[in-house]
Amino acid sequence: MATLPHKGGPTDAVEAPSATKPPSADLREVNRSLPRLESHAKVTGSAEYIHHLRIPGMLCGKIARSSVAHGRIVRIDTTAAMNVEGVHAIITAEDIRTLIPDPYYGPAFHDQPILALGKVRHVGEPVAVVLAENAHVAEAAADLISVEYDPLEPVFDEVAAAKPGAPIIHDMLRPAGTFPDLKYLKGRSGTNVALDAHVRRGDLEKGFAESDRVFEHIFHNGKVIHAPFEPMVTVAEITGPNTLTIHTASQSPSFVRTEVSRLLGWPENRVRVRTAFLGGGYGAKLYIKLEALVAACALLVRKPVRIALTMEEQFYTITKHGATVRIKTGVKKNGKMIAREVETYWNTGAYSDIGPRVTQKSGFTAAGPYDIENVALDNYCVYTNEPPAGALRGFGISQVVWAYECQADIIAHELGIDPIEFRRRNILHDGRPHATGTIMTDVHLDEVLDQLVSRMDWHRPFERGSGEIRRGRGVAIGIKACIAPTSSVALLNIHGDGSCGIFCGTVDMGQASDTAMAQIAAEVLGIPAEAVRVVHPDTDVTPYDMATLGSRSTYHMGNAVKIAAENARSQLLQIAETALGTTAEELECKEGAVISPSGARMSFGEVMGARFAMQAGNIIGFGSFTSPYQKPDAATGQSPKITPFWMLGGVGAEIEVDTETGRIRVTKLVNVGDVGRAVNPEVAETQLTGAGIMQLGFTLFEEMIFNDGQVVNASFADYKVPGMLDIPQEITADLVEIPHQHGPFGAKGIGETGMFSVSPAIGNALYDAIGVRITEMPLTPERVLRAIRQAEKRPFGSER
Amino acid sequence: MSAARRTIRFKLNDRPVRADIAVYETLVEVLQRDFSLFGARESCGQGLCGCCTVIVDGNAVSGCLYLAAFLDGAEVTTIEGLAKRDQLHPIQECFASKFALQCGFCTPGFIMMAKELLERHPHPTEDQIRHYLSGNLCRCATYPEIIEAVKTAANHYADNNGS
Repeated sequence: MATLPHKGGPTDAVEAPSATKPPSADLREVNRSLPRLESHAKVTGSAEYIHHLRIPGMLCGKIARSSVAHGRIVRIDTTAAMNVEGVHAIITAEDIRTLIPDPYYGPAFHDQPILALGKVRHVGEPVAVVLAENAHVAEAAADLISVEYDPLEPVFDEVAAAKPGAPIIHDMLRPAGTFPDLKYLKGRSGTNVALDAHVRRGDLEKGFAESDRVFEHIFHNGKVIHAPFEPMVTVAEITGPNTLTIHTASQSPSFVRTEVSRLLGWPENRVRVRTAFLGGGYGAKLYIKLEALVAACALLVRKPVRIALTMEEQFYTITKHGATVRIKTGVKKNGKMIAREVETYWNTGAYSDIGPRVTQKSGFTAAGPYDIENVALDNYCVYTNEPPAGALRGFGISQVVWAYECQADIIAHELGIDPIEFRRRNILHDGRPHATGTIMTDVHLDEVLDQLVSRMDWHRPFERGSGEIRRGRGVAIGIKACIAPTSSVALLNIHGDGSCGIFCGTVDMGQASDTAMAQIAAEVLGIPAEAVRVVHPDTDVTPYDMATLGSRSTYHMGNAVKIAAENARSQLLQIAETALGTTAEELECKEGAVISPSGARMSFGEVMGARFAMQAGNIIGFGSFTSPYQKPDAATGQSPKITPFWMLGGVGAEIEVDTETGRIRVTKLVNVGDVGRAVNPEVAETQLTGAGIMQLGFTLFEEMIFNDGQVVNASFADYKVPGMLDIPQEITADLVEIPHQHGPFGAKGIGETGMFSVSPAIGNALYDAIGVRITEMPLTPERVLRAIRQAEKRPFGSER
Repeated sequence: MSAARRTIRFKLNDRPVRADIAVYETLVEVLQRDFSLFGARESCGQGLCGCCTVIVDGNAVSGCLYLAAFLDGAEVTTIEGLAKRDQLHPIQECFASKFALQCGFCTPGFIMMAKELLERHPHPTEDQIRHYLSGNLCRCATYPEIIEAVKTAANHYADNNGS
């Protein structure tokens, strides 16, 4: 029988040392592996998702979509569709404009129309919506809408689209100005380059001149999708005079409210946005997706409206960025890198969504977690006629790590230096400047590498095989900066009976944020986390939160919740000091009560009774947290404080390659993450392995295949996501726990860390196994087999 | 959509029920619309992800493809039929205690398929678990934890001769 070691437990090789971890005996709730608070609801099928919401009298919407990649709309004929029994209305852009004269939205640029207006820019772009009594009727009628297009020349490749003379996709670009980190975006016209972002440090030319060897490569990443299993869904209803409620599977309720209010010209207090558990997000459900469209439909027909996408439609709604990365590195004979130039073209599709942030924030980390004196990083966010690309678990980090970690392996081999040793000679340590000039703090690359070496048993001889099955192993490390500046606000409510609720806008989409926030509040208040109730995001009730994205919630919302709980605690102690005849400073909250030095105790309910004379009232603790940040210089990208914290991860992979079929099987996947301190260690480990397996799919087989802008594999029948049989027999997750000085109880974010380094670890293992280097993802059997045949100088027919 | 309608009668989680359905409607649609049971969910819409898994006459089926018309006279068990009041089924208990879920959208489907597995193979090997559950997908990739949960539940079955 095959064995699957417990994550973080001993492997069949040697016992790995437990990752560096300080004593945390003083913590009772934080750093405890507590099963998710919502476990019961999820295993019984009763957990709330917006997917399930039905409202009496609700109409179902179905979107009619563009069949061309780039073209002018000549005519939309809805006659046949309107004649279908059960159809209530058909909405086009002209209808939307009666309500919203300027119907363009977006977090970076106001470039995306609620429905295509005059022009379509990608296949699958929403052109019209049928509203009908049920989804079957709506779907049948949507098929009958006939749209005539005057085709325009499309452009799909990000490098070609950035060149002068390429077809222009947007006549005019208007920056949104919503987020402080995107305030520098400029209005532009006559180009497909939405943003160019640069970093300059040292003297690149001098660096290359002083190098003993210079390496230059180009790496490609194709497009893949998030595919949350709860496909995007929004329900909107009018809930009073000039008030609107939007129920939506969104990672960013606060942003939805801001943007819908802006579009309607309403104050924010008239738009309520609420969500529930999300059936997966991974970045797909960020900013605005269906919300503006569904809100407009509900207001136009004065009825509740629901639009729920199918899995196929998600392929046309948001994708990960494809990227072309040219990386040139100068290195001394001793393996020290002294110059690096990286030029990256990011394929942001027809609408930029959050592409500019992906471009800038991942772009500035493209030199890697390395101490390199002379650096130039150039990043271009480029419109194409493919579906919009946004943030996918890592915000673009895995695309640049694929380049710099494959190249690290190439350089190490060329110089005859062990790949681990090569990295050790170059890594960035605390106190040293990053390429952006920010001095590194709270990064623990040595510890990550130590753990990787131990788990991989790196220094033991490795059997590579000699038959048709060859074996190889590889490692890679990656770094990400948490997004900044952003804010989170939380309220902590002590009810009249002393029970406790958290009001916060963090969306639990599977990362166990409810549980983590409860643990943090419980730690402060001296109560069990199980006793804390977390109220789900509802902008009428829960205060502002920037969004649930980029591994920011544990740090930002965790700090806000901690501050709110401390605030509530001090109010409790002030009330109790009179009753207990002592001062607040001498009191503490523990074991669910306020306790004095003499041992006298008051339950929280008794404290409330002392204040309100009965079981009544509230104590509201308030917490607000904004991350420190200094905006980078526009020309050089230099900033003394580019991020509140760095995320670091390392991956090791052992693989088997079938040299007759080109198929790669990953037999062992080791994931190490620097987590600060884990709020919930089991959950943190699951985040690492889950992210690792997701990226394994992107590495080995997930790839959207386009034909004239049409996705030819827009279904799970043709686009494969990892299943049980794809996961390595041996898979481990290790936490490097060294508390971050400003994280709540030392915690940092962990949701994306496990993604960063998977692809190059596997790519490097492929080289180790068969001496073939592939620069384009995914590493499909076809691509591997072609590379093998090329290397053997007997390419397949068409490639001779 | 003036397709033919018909009335079907079947047993749903041990209770006799009836429903008035259109012939093109699926099992998932009818469970959600007529019985407010949302544990079986349509996700991929092609019977490939397993989120809609329901047990019909002892066999796990894809509820997003299975026509409701075929339910007439059948015995149907959904995730909602597993727990007895607050007492979770052992497989549910193990998924919760072994951290074998993240977003939870696919969880009921995995539990129903694991139930069929353990009823047919009370002592599954790990390979059997992997193969049996290979038709259920988890985008959060909670696979290692799910394997552990099913192994633990299997031990419970062995100890209790099924339940």
